[in-house]
Amino acid sequence: MNTDCPYDLLSVQEADFDVAYEYAQLRDNNSQDGAIVFFSGLVRDFNQGQDVTGLFLEHYPAMTEKALAGIIKQAKARWPINRVRLIHRVGQLYLADQIVFVGVSSSHREAAFEACHFIMDYLKKQAPFWKKETTQKGDWWVETLEKDEKALDKWQQDDSTDS
Amino acid sequence: MINIVFFAQLREQLKSDGLQLDIPTPCTVKEVQVALLEQNPQWSDFLSNPALMCAVNQDMVQLEAQVSDGNEVAFFPPVTGG
Repeated sequence: MNTDCPYDLLSVQEADFDVAYEYAQLRDNNSQDGAIVFFSGLVRDFNQGQDVTGLFLEHYPAMTEKALAGIIKQAKARWPINRVRLIHRVGQLYLADQIVFVGVSSSHREAAFEACHFIMDYLKKQAPFWKKETTQKGDWWVETLEKDEKALDKWQQDDSTDS
Repeated sequence: MINIVFFAQLREQLKSDGLQLDIPTPCTVKEVQVALLEQNPQWSDFLSNPALMCAVNQDMVQLEAQVSDGNEVAFFPPVTGG
């Protein structure tokens, strides 16, 4: 992906990532930013009432990076953020594995907190990834949650009050 | 000709990851869906699910969106990444 900043990253990959390295890339040679906020998402051992032993992440390869780039672009238009690093893993993952990383730097913490939260909320609703969980009772596709639907309402309400 | 692709649970339910559809264009995604169901009535329980999402040329759209010759139309369940 072409990005405005050489420290930006958008990657959809099978390989694991190193949070310390990602954080260092947000900090390196960066005296303008007073805040870095990052989120990392992990595979947990229970979901929707079942004991999970692992999960497979499917995606729509032709669309995934385009969708994620669009979400980052929206966040950059909305908040004065500088660097954004986003990694999402695909393929077979196991308990406690890292799934996703979103890191944002900004002059001030409010923009970094909000933009990181916004990117995760939109990623969960608009990026073409699907989780199939492996449980002791068989494999099944994860269902969407109402709380994720509502998460976008919050940002859209904020839109209508921004003026 | 439209390139149709299916993902995740829908791909498993239809037992197909996609196909080429010959349909007069321009048309809407809804018309693509109807044509697919006419050709594959056994898909009706799955492909007519109102919760499905769709994309044209890798952009998420609604069923009213326009489709042109050579486009790729994707149908898939609500996304669950992150």
